[in-house]
Amino acid sequence: METIRLVYPVEGGDLIEAGEASSKMKLTLKKLGLPQDVIRRASICMYEGEINMVIHADGGQAEVEVEMDQIVIRMIDSGPGIPDVEQAMQEGYSTAGSTARELGFGAGMGLPNMKRYSDEMTIDTEVGKGTTVTVKIKIPQ
Amino acid sequence: MAMRHSVVLDSRRCRGCTSCIKCCPTEAIRVRGCKATILPDRCIDCGECIRICPHKAIKSVGDSLDVLGGYDYCVALPEPALYGQFHHLDNIDIVLNALLKIGFHKVYEVAKAAEMLSDFERQCISADPASVSPLISASCPTVLRLIRMRFPKLMGHVACTILPMELAAILARREAERETGLPPEKIGVFAIVPCSSKVTAARESEGLRHPVLNGAFAIRDIYLRLLSPMKHLDSVEPILSSGIIGMGWASCGGESAARLRERCVAVDGINNVIRMLEEIEDGRLPEADFLELSACTQGCVGGCFTVENPYAAKMRLKSLMKGQPVSRNRFLFEGTDRDIVRRDKELQYLPTFVLDQDLGAALSKQLRIQELESHLPGLHCGSCGAPSCHAFAEDVILGRASEDDCIFKVRERMRSMAGKEEADDYLPPPFRRRQAEPTKR
Repeated sequence: METIRLVYPVEGGDLIEAGEASSKMKLTLKKLGLPQDVIRRASICMYEGEINMVIHADGGQAEVEVEMDQIVIRMIDSGPGIPDVEQAMQEGYSTAGSTARELGFGAGMGLPNMKRYSDEMTIDTEVGKGTTVTVKIKIPQ
Repeated sequence: MAMRHSVVLDSRRCRGCTSCIKCCPTEAIRVRGCKATILPDRCIDCGECIRICPHKAIKSVGDSLDVLGGYDYCVALPEPALYGQFHHLDNIDIVLNALLKIGFHKVYEVAKAAEMLSDFERQCISADPASVSPLISASCPTVLRLIRMRFPKLMGHVACTILPMELAAILARREAERETGLPPEKIGVFAIVPCSSKVTAARESEGLRHPVLNGAFAIRDIYLRLLSPMKHLDSVEPILSSGIIGMGWASCGGESAARLRERCVAVDGINNVIRMLEEIEDGRLPEADFLELSACTQGCVGGCFTVENPYAAKMRLKSLMKGQPVSRNRFLFEGTDRDIVRRDKELQYLPTFVLDQDLGAALSKQLRIQELESHLPGLHCGSCGAPSCHAFAEDVILGRASEDDCIFKVRERMRSMAGKEEADDYLPPPFRRRQAEPTKR
């Protein structure tokens, strides 16, 4: 089965530029003619993931795989890791610093939103090593 | 049916310089055989290529005034952007009266229809809070085509209304039929428009199944004909029947201003519009109620058919508005008559950018495009005639170009045949890997 792989570096420290990767991915997904709803969910997940990586991990890499029946998005960083995943998944919980909060980020909705808009989500994390958040979005046949 | 665009290429003037291919927001132009060609499915009539062409080879043509001869009674529908084109004009009625000297029998201002649309919109706002947010203005046909092509998800956000010039055409025709008693085919209604996009829209409406205009003339063409009659009017009849709100539609922000209490964002310039639509698509501007989007800088006063620069035209319009009433027209239709301002067809998605309707085929094309693109230089030099290496890769895979159209690909092949490692000698300086030492004097 054919798989499209798209890789986007996410620059750390620049909240203003965050969203670049999701815009670029969206353009490709549109060209593939995927359903609007799938594109919307994928780009929301990607955008939230990008913001997370910029705020918490000084950037990282976004990898996307598009297959016939699903889109897999991996947000990979080598940041501080998440000590308590269950807590991090709670709506409204955030460890974002004051700079990010002043800019209107850090509402504690990043991971919960990624979960809400995807069909499957897994978090692999190790404190001090980094985090990989993987979301899958099914493409209705 | 292919769209009848009003942007056309004069191939005698075109020298294939590739200036236009990069400014096109929908990547609709390719250079082939030393001439630019427009992919009609992709053109949104924004006029960017017309503005940038150094040889004035890309043009837009309004209809010829000769068509007036085909009708017994002709109504001019001037867009308010026309008023801002004249030096030292202090009375809009001079322009409107002069229109009656160049072949028109009656004037019906588009600004008047715009004012009714504004009133209709205000009535809608107070009747029920918007079901979709933000609502997107339906007043720029280029933006509508852009949304249909690139932002289909947002089609549901677009206001249900027709263009001001279309409403003006419907009302002007009714009035003319009543006043003259002539059969409909003897009456012609013609818009005087600031841009190529509205000429196309007059031929093929975005919102109406049947066109309501008999033609559209470029402000530029009408402007020259008006100058002399404007100087030699015996008397100036009061024709002006629009106020500040209606005339305000000529510049970006005018339509928003008429919505009074709403939070509106007014965006001008096609690239700014694209960026804004991307943000809206991702839900990143939740606080906005209304988006006014104009493809041209400063709105219609910046259209490619105007004479004056957009900023000067805007300033003049502002001074012409001074002392005018805020609004002179209400939207007073009742019951089903209210539908007169509504589209009678839905916006249709134009899947122009989709690689293939079949997902499997699209995936395999995308794979081949990425593979080819990874071997291209990424300089976007335009020598292949496509705006970027990515667009070129797409062209090759979709059968619109051959891999050998890339000068770097050909050079690579020549090098492998000649067995040489370095072929910098064949390349112009910007592309040489090794820079020659500057010669010392």
